[in-house]
Formats: sequence, structure tokens, C-alpha cells
Amino acid sequence: MAIVEFRDVSRVYRNGEHEQRALDHVNLSLEEGQFIVVLGPSGAGKSTLLNMLGGLDSPTEGTILVNGKDISTLSADELAEYRAASVGFVFQSYNLIPTLTVIENVALVKEIAPNPLSSHDMLRAVGLEDHIHQFPAELSGGEQQRVSIARALAKNPHILLCDEPTGALDSETGVLVLRLLLSMARDMGKTIIIVTHNQNIARMADMVIRVKSGRIQSCEKQEHPLAVEEVDW
Amino acid sequence: MKKLFLPWRSLHHHPARTFILALLVCCLAFSVFSGSVLILSLRNGLYSLENRMGADVIAVPSTAKSKTNLEQMLLQGTTGYFYMDREKLDQIQATSGVLTASPQLFLASLRASCCSLPVQVIGFDPETDFTVRPWIAESYSGDLALLEVAVGSKVSAGVGEKIRIYENNCPVVARLAPTGTGLDTAVYCSMETVRHLLDAARSLGHDLKINGDPEDVISAVYIRVADGYDPEKVAADISLHIRKVDAVQTKRMFTGVSDSLSGIAGTVVWLVAAVWLLALAILILVFILMTRARRREFAVLRLAGMSRTMLRRMVLAESLLCSLPGALAGVGIGAAVLFPFNALIESMLGLPYLSPPAGLVILLAAATLLLSVGASSLAAMSAAARLSRVDPGTTLREGA
Repeated sequence: MAIVEFRDVSRVYRNGEHEQRALDHVNLSLEEGQFIVVLGPSGAGKSTLLNMLGGLDSPTEGTILVNGKDISTLSADELAEYRAASVGFVFQSYNLIPTLTVIENVALVKEIAPNPLSSHDMLRAVGLEDHIHQFPAELSGGEQQRVSIARALAKNPHILLCDEPTGALDSETGVLVLRLLLSMARDMGKTIIIVTHNQNIARMADMVIRVKSGRIQSCEKQEHPLAVEEVDW
Repeated sequence: MKKLFLPWRSLHHHPARTFILALLVCCLAFSVFSGSVLILSLRNGLYSLENRMGADVIAVPSTAKSKTNLEQMLLQGTTGYFYMDREKLDQIQATSGVLTASPQLFLASLRASCCSLPVQVIGFDPETDFTVRPWIAESYSGDLALLEVAVGSKVSAGVGEKIRIYENNCPVVARLAPTGTGLDTAVYCSMETVRHLLDAARSLGHDLKINGDPEDVISAVYIRVADGYDPEKVAADISLHIRKVDAVQTKRMFTGVSDSLSGIAGTVVWLVAAVWLLALAILILVFILMTRARRREFAVLRLAGMSRTMLRRMVLAESLLCSLPGALAGVGIGAAVLFPFNALIESMLGLPYLSPPAGLVILLAAATLLLSVGASSLAAMSAAARLSRVDPGTTLREGA
């Protein structure tokens, strides 16, 4: 069942007379519980695609359906509600609040999300149950990224949007994080969408979307994606 | 997690910033509250003095010191006395435009064994008086018998006690409501009592510089002018036509006081306005710097699904959590400085000074809290509004 559908979506940025088409008549259909990788060079439109899906931006043309609901016409407050209920974000920089402990960083979504999960459970799921009272500065990069994944998951979203989640990590820690994200798709049924430059990550995806100049260049399903351990890092 | 957790945690994690914010609001509240109370107390004092006088014109002997003495007695509570012939009262009453004229007779007790304390004794004529009697009537319904006295609010003798004046024990039958003027330090009695005390003083050897019989002297005449007459002209007529008498329009007497009051009030208003503007500017700056430093934090919250309204509410809560205690402290310090030291402030300013009634003080305190917390909230909201327009996706991707 398609959880996300892009129907002829375009996003045009205008600056005076200059016009930039960041997305150009994009059509996409993404299924629930899949591990999806979006590949493409800088400026191809990957981040714009993620912004649209994350409710951070709206298309100038076309329709985006998430769980059958059109999010392309929502107001700013409705988009905030959508973000609170349906999507989680993970970025290359971990974006933890330095004044809060690990558990508080995760638990803050309880004030925002309508159906949050247990913060302790999420930290256990990412293997950080022994670090809950530490501050972000006391953790390694990989641990901080796992906290940010726990925070994104604690909202109990349908979709997890990850923008270069392993970009700042060494390969060993990157593998750990990817294994975690993959298990979220396989075990928890979450739809994981990863935007990256790293071609290797694509080998473990259920679907690989290649973007170039604001257009979908290819959208291929992989019947037999590799396990994280099988990928040559 | 409680609703105030995030604001509280942020304040707790930045104690210096929190302290500076609370201190700024405290200064703001202190300046507004104490400035307002000071101005109102001075105004109150002047109104009280004008109301208590009730006279349009006051006539005194035309000696060099008498007018100054009277003014000092009324404003600062110094003691003094001066006398003129009683026949001047008849002449004043006969002057065109005079509706009522009531005499008063002054005597000053001494800091000596004959007297329990140095006070101004003011005798009034119950038949004609229109200034002291209404005041006494607020706290005592009877007439003052021989040697009975009513005391001003600052005289240290209570009802039922006795004041010793020139070896006469005078029972206190009433304690008068405060006016914030020199009248609060005086003792009031009938003319008969003052004459009795004058005799006692003379018999104890004190030279009161009375020429003739004490029965035939008065100190001042309080005059009410008939409708349609100009008090200034009546005063001028009295001064011109009655020998050795100076009449002065009451309002003129207080012009100096009023001018001083306006000067002080103006300075206080400017100071308060300057403190306000400065504090508001610093508050806005601190909030802008604070929110700028927390761009990423706010972007995380926006991305997690916090709406702009929720974000503003959070910043507002943070501002309230540190500004409310600051404002309360400012009002508290203002009250602790002003009210216990009323007498000191009055003597330093040399002006009538009467604290506003408790209800008004509470209203002022509430208004000050509202204004101070409002200013802080305004600063916080302006910063939050700027910040809520920032695109969270870009901010977090930048990693800045």
C-alpha cells in the first residue's frame, strides 16, 4: 500500500526575474515499511523532496498524499501538526539540545506529538539505556546520532526522513546507525527514507530513487537488498 | 514532561542570563513603583494641605518672620508664634468680600521640664472655625473642653494620655487623621485653652512678646471669600487697608511647594522613563542574543512539530518565569525602601508627603507588575517572532 504519493509535483523558487525549478513534475509512489534511498548530486532536488515530504515546504504545483491525505494545501499550523504526528527527522548534524540530558532530549517530543512512545523504550531500542542521564556533549558522535534517531522514533511517526544520517560518522559507527534504521523498517514497520551521496547505502535499500536536475531519473525496486554486513564499506 | 519543563530547564542551565534578566525587570519594577509612589505621595501631601487649610486667604501680623513661620509650621511642622491685636479680626470681617473669618492663636511648647514635648499648639474658635473642626470631627464628635486637646498623627501621645504643656496636664481626646504636612505635628485646642496656657507660660517667666492682654491677641485669621470675589484682591485689600496685617492667598502660599513638587515629579518621571527605555532596550537585546544562540534548539522543536504559536508560548513562559519573580522583587524592594522611611523622605524633601491609601498602593503594585512583566514579554515575543520565521530545515542542515 502506498504511504506516500507525489503527483506531478513541482517546486519553483523565484528571485526577481530569476526562476529556479527545484522539483520538476515529480511522480512517486512509496510503500509502507520500506527502506528507501534517494541518491543524487548536490542541487539535484533531494533536500527539496525531503522538505516537501516533511511538511517544511509546499509544492507550487501538484499534490502530495501521505496516508491518503493531501498535505500540499495545509496551512503552517496544519503542517506543524502533520510533522508532530507523521514524520520524524534525522540529520547529519545530530541537533540535540545541549541543555537537556539524553532522556530529556527524547522526552521533549511528548509535549508535541499526539501519540508518543516511551522514551525509555526508544533509548533501549537504540542501545543507550545506560546513558539516559548524560548530556549530549558527554556522548560520542554515533551515540548522539542514535539519540536523535530515538527522538525521531519517540514521536511514533509513520515515516522517518534521514538527510545524510551517517555523513559525520566513521564507517564503523555509520554501519551501526544504518543497521538500526534498517531494523526500524523491518521490525517496526516504519518507512525510512534516506537522502545520501553514498552509493553503498543504496545496496541495502528496498527502493532506490535517483534524482537529477529536479527530476526523477530512475526509481528502482530491489527484490534482494543486501544486509548491512554484506555491503562493502 | 511538564509544560514548563523546557523553559525552566533553559533558565536553570543559564543562571547568569536568568539573573541578568530578572535583575533588569527588578530595576524596571523598582523604578516604576517607587517613582509612582513618590510622586503620588507628594501630590497627596499637597492636596491634603490645600484641603485641610480650607481657607482662601490667611492674614498674619506683618512682621518679617510671621509669614515664613506660618509656612514652615504648615509644611515642616516647626514651632513658632506671633501675635496681633484681636481688633484686627473685626477689621478683616468688615472688609468687602470676606464671607467668614476665623481666628487662631498659636503657642509653642518647649523641650524643658515644664513640657513633655515641644509642639505647636493651635487654638481655634469653635464658633467660627471652618478648618480644624471638620478635621477633628472625623475622629471626635464632642467639643474640646478647657485643657482638652486633639493631637496630629505624628504627636507621640495617644487618646487617654496627657500632654504636659507649661505645667498643665492636657488630656488627649482625639488623634487626627494624617495629612502628610506640618499640621500632623501640632496640638489643637480651644482658644480658651491656649489663653490659659499663654498665662501659664508667662507666669513661668517665658517672654512671648505679647504687647498687652493675652485675652486680646490672636495669631492668624483664616478667611473664606464670598462667591464672586477674587481672593487675590481681598488679600490685597486687607494688606493695604489694615495696618500691620499681611494677607496672603493660600494658593500663593503653596506655589513654591507646588513648583518644587512639579520639579521633583518631572525629574522622577524622566528618570523612570530613562530606566524604562534603557531596560527595555537591554531586554530586547538580551532576548535577541539569547534566541539567536538558540536557533538550532528552536529549529529542532519546530521540526519535531512545534507550531509557531507553541514556540512563542514557550518563549513567553520562559520570560514569565524570570520576569515575574524579578518584578515582585522590584515592587517588594520599593515598598521596603519607601514605606518605613516616610518621615525621612519627607524631611529630606521638605515637602508635604502623604502615602497613597493601601488600595491605591496595591493597584500601583499590580499595574507595575503588569507593566514590567509586559515589557519583558514584549521583548521576548519580538525575539520569538523573528526566530519562528527561520526555516528549521535549512538551519539544521547548515549544522550552524
